[in-house]
Amino acid sequence: MSAHVPERVRREDERLARERQKIARDGPKLKGAKLEARLERTWSRPRGIIGWLATVDHKEIGRRYIVTALLFLALGGVLALAMRVQLAQPDSALISPQRYNELFTMHGSTMMFLFAVPVMEGVAVFIIPLMLGTRSTAFPRLNAFSYFMYLFGGLLLWGAFLLNIGPDIGWFAYTPLSGPQFSPGKRADIWAQMITFTEVSALAAAVVLVCTILKTRAPGMTLARMPLFAWAMLVVAVMIIFSMPAVALASSMLISDRLIGTNFYNAYEHGDALLWQHLFWFFGHPEVYIIFLPATGFVSVITETFCRRPVFAYPIVVLALISTGILAFGLWVHHMFATGLPRVGYSFYTSASMTVAIPTALQIFCWLATMWDGRPRFQVPMLYVVGFIVTFVIGGLSGVIIASVPLDLQLHDTYFIVAHFHYVLIGGAVFPLLGILTYWYPKITGRMMNETLGKIGFWMIFLGFQLTFFPMHLAGLLGMPRRVYTYPAGVGLELPNLLSSIGAFVVAAAVVLFVINGLFSLYRGAVAPSNPWGASTLEWAAASPPRPYNFAHIPVVESRTPLWDAEGELPVVTGLRVDEKEILLTTVVAATPDLREPVPGASLWPLIAAIAVGVLFVSSIFSPWAVVFGAIPAAIATAAWFWPKELKRHPEPVIS
Amino acid sequence: MILEPRFTDSVADLPTHKFGPSSLTWWGIIGFMIIEGAFFGLAFAAYFFLMGHEQGWPPEGRQAPNLLWGTLFLIVMLLSEIPNSMIKKAARERDVPTIRGLMPVIIGIGGVLLVIRGFEFNNLNCRWTDDAYSSVIWMLLFLHTTHIITDWGDTIVLWLLMRTDLGWEGRRLVDTDENCLYWRYVWLLWIPVYLMIYWVPRL
Amino acid sequence: MTVGGRASVVPLALAASACSYQHYQSTFGNAATEARQFNILFVIFLVICAIMYLAVIAFLVASIARRRRAGEANTVEEGRHHESNPLMRTALISWGAVVGSGLVALAIASFIADRSMASAAANEKLSITVTGNQWWWDVQYNAGDNSKMVRTANEIHLPVGVPVRIYLKSNDVIHSFWVPSLAGKQDLIPGRDTDITVVPRKVGIYRGQCAEFCGAEHAKMALVVDVDSYRDFIKWWQHQLQPAPAPATPLAKAGYAFVTSRNCSVCHAIAGTPASGTVGPDLTHFASRRTIAAGAMPMSEGNLYGWVEDPQSIKPGSKMPTIGLEPNELHAVVAYLETLK
Repeated sequence: MSAHVPERVRREDERLARERQKIARDGPKLKGAKLEARLERTWSRPRGIIGWLATVDHKEIGRRYIVTALLFLALGGVLALAMRVQLAQPDSALISPQRYNELFTMHGSTMMFLFAVPVMEGVAVFIIPLMLGTRSTAFPRLNAFSYFMYLFGGLLLWGAFLLNIGPDIGWFAYTPLSGPQFSPGKRADIWAQMITFTEVSALAAAVVLVCTILKTRAPGMTLARMPLFAWAMLVVAVMIIFSMPAVALASSMLISDRLIGTNFYNAYEHGDALLWQHLFWFFGHPEVYIIFLPATGFVSVITETFCRRPVFAYPIVVLALISTGILAFGLWVHHMFATGLPRVGYSFYTSASMTVAIPTALQIFCWLATMWDGRPRFQVPMLYVVGFIVTFVIGGLSGVIIASVPLDLQLHDTYFIVAHFHYVLIGGAVFPLLGILTYWYPKITGRMMNETLGKIGFWMIFLGFQLTFFPMHLAGLLGMPRRVYTYPAGVGLELPNLLSSIGAFVVAAAVVLFVINGLFSLYRGAVAPSNPWGASTLEWAAASPPRPYNFAHIPVVESRTPLWDAEGELPVVTGLRVDEKEILLTTVVAATPDLREPVPGASLWPLIAAIAVGVLFVSSIFSPWAVVFGAIPAAIATAAWFWPKELKRHPEPVIS
Repeated sequence: MILEPRFTDSVADLPTHKFGPSSLTWWGIIGFMIIEGAFFGLAFAAYFFLMGHEQGWPPEGRQAPNLLWGTLFLIVMLLSEIPNSMIKKAARERDVPTIRGLMPVIIGIGGVLLVIRGFEFNNLNCRWTDDAYSSVIWMLLFLHTTHIITDWGDTIVLWLLMRTDLGWEGRRLVDTDENCLYWRYVWLLWIPVYLMIYWVPRL
Repeated sequence: MTVGGRASVVPLALAASACSYQHYQSTFGNAATEARQFNILFVIFLVICAIMYLAVIAFLVASIARRRRAGEANTVEEGRHHESNPLMRTALISWGAVVGSGLVALAIASFIADRSMASAAANEKLSITVTGNQWWWDVQYNAGDNSKMVRTANEIHLPVGVPVRIYLKSNDVIHSFWVPSLAGKQDLIPGRDTDITVVPRKVGIYRGQCAEFCGAEHAKMALVVDVDSYRDFIKWWQHQLQPAPAPATPLAKAGYAFVTSRNCSVCHAIAGTPASGTVGPDLTHFASRRTIAAGAMPMSEGNLYGWVEDPQSIKPGSKMPTIGLEPNELHAVVAYLETLK
């Protein structure tokens, strides 16, 4: 080793080693208020608008994700209300067919790409480092970049819609309808490029989450002691990594067909319209589990805290999460049962689609067993868990029904399917989300949400949801297809549609109530202590809201329920730097301390790179040369992001 | 904190860099490699899916791409592993002068590869608009080209950094080691792409 | 339709209201072998799923309502949060076994139904080709020789009890052929050939609709299937083979002249006249159909006027342009079209 090192460098090494001795570190000699004041200075970002744009604090980025996603939820919900007004009566002419097609395209795309996945990512990005006992995610600048890419994708889609060039091809954009011949203009390209934005964002966030969960856990938090929510996010992040490339590839091939004349989906030149469906659904089916599995994590979190005991059969729940994640990749053809593929092949997908119900059924058992064995307290988060069970299981069972090919051939592309997926997505993901936002609200804001308003809101959304979506099962059975701007009078569809439309407004009111509760409680809610619910996981050992550095000392974990087993004091490790940002890396399985890792400070480069990449993506809708020319600023921004601010060596590494 | 801390071990003597899976960036790079692998894997699936529709491949008596340039590319890529492995070893041994000397070789090879790639595009014997077969082989070649360009860019920036004083820092050596790992991935992935563009149409 | 957790009143009322429409476009139509098998299988699935749901709700209610004496539960307050009820593990395994066997039973039922539908349809006696277009259905009855071939649009007549195989093609985007009272759906995909076999069992009129989003007027791409007795079907077929009758009245003659000399004949065909366009629906026996514009409106004189004068206001985006006819031209055209029975 030393053969290559010149004398000058060796002397520098020795000087730096001496400097290293003088570095301030946390421990018995530096603790309490003095330590916290220094950590505060080190971990705070610069004040002002530049600091706000440049932040790499996972809590700030997580909050941004959640707020942005909830805004898109509201926008998507308004579109739904418009659709329900149109469908409240038969032969309605309130909304033109063109506009209606844009509405349901925007509704589906907004909910799936701009709300459901980002809100789960946002919650994870906020809470996971706290839950794992560390101070930052891995790759915090990549985290910031992923938020900006998401935001720009959403702005692209909604900007286009408001400028009257929004997409009208459905959220699933089947070819050849979405191809150059049948969708002239730029609407479909805008949709396809929004996909590219949001999938780059999700992939970046997935890499951040996998690396955070595997490498930054507190010492002693072996994989077997890791909270179930962290397991759920690990599985989800891996699923994102394997599935999102499918939709990115498919949408890039679509843009290519439309812009430069390739023939991937063109049957007349040996392409195939079904290639789109295979690629899209290879992504699309795992996508719904990407939305659902974090919600099962939420349910585990809430059930544990409000039943005052850990979830029953932890290993079974972990195995259920992993097997659901794997099985989810083998189901996609069940979206294509009507396309005339060989029936023998379909049988495999029927079996797989039924099999995937088993791990989820086991998770449900485990939650119910936890309730049985514990003492459930029915505060608002737990109410949402009960609402989830009652509602999601209906959706799961209607899913079992449509897993059967003969049944699906009648029910596919009807309102029965609309009912099914809203039951599993709203019952299965939104209810737990509302519960977890109520639960983690004190951690995020330092105040409690109003319990009474929360209970009213729960009952409104729970009952309103049933009123809206249960009749849709019947509408489908009575022959109402999907994606229709109106339906004929006299075939029995009036009553179910009217009920759905009324219910939609009840749901909307409930969401408004939730938001009012959230905003009102920011200023008037009861001030929250560190652990208002008496929960067991590490995030509740930090302040509410947490200081920028999360924990004054990195905790050590000795069980699955650290705060319940803590007995008044929390074991911690010592020795991390106080005047530079630093976290502890531990080994993947056993979480033994392994490395100390510097953490980057605030930086504008993620934003600048996102703008450069955004310009590249948007301009490539209009010209293929943009790929070449737009790549140059993107490359410069990325290089500048990586390039250190100072080119001199420090006693211990910093990321500037 | 609501709970009083009970001090246990100190982690102050833990290193701040290590090669291989202990490194956080190693996991990040593996993550991106899997993403790109999934991208290519799905592109391969699309290739075989479209091929499954055809009686002949390439269809309609179209000529398969010329072997010369693609094979030349393959040979140069495989040869580039020699300086690549030397750089990787030098990184682990803190042999910064070797790194500084050899990285320009890799960068030069990258430039040569991009020139050969230009000839490859010209010798595919079809235009991307011709039919689905043409579209898919152009796509595979294009995807791999973006792969080469991004790694070439990464390597140039890293080389510039290694030329400064920071090149002696442990974490930069880990970066170099991981960059070599990624270069290996780029040529490894070329092998199936090469086979699918040049040989499968000849079967 | 009722699956626990909600009062069963509303779904039953909805079902009752459905009955009064004679299963016009409903999966409860039971008008063909395929539809009947769907109903049986659906009921089997519904019953088993309902039982599973009730089991979940029972466990939920019991967990909430059960009385726990002080110190008896396994909670952190009682210091027993690391323990679990010993019976739970057995219960978990049983639950898994029950769910697994239930799903296996359902899967087997599904396969049996699937196989039986495939074999029931094996001997087709009649063959039709339906080609999907944005936003209408081209229907062609395949026969040995061209003299027996019938071409029509948006309406299919079938003889009861006779297996018919419908070949499905598309001229543009993906559509889906769905007549719920008769059978499940099948997509029409450009560049691919699919087909569906149906054995109608009940005489009646059934409505179908395109079930794959196909653009602006997807909602108004419907079709009518008229299941007749065998004798009535043959009569209909013979009639369809006749060319269009020559116009008799002066108004109809003027209409004939307009239709065959102006743009109408570019898109539409009328057998026995020079009009031979294939881009739009065949109009030879247009006036004998039950609907106009693929189910957009019932066939009537008033609706004919409305359609011919301004198709874009009834089905905006459809391929038939509004060309601004003079009133006398409009009367003439409608008069002629009404003769096309």
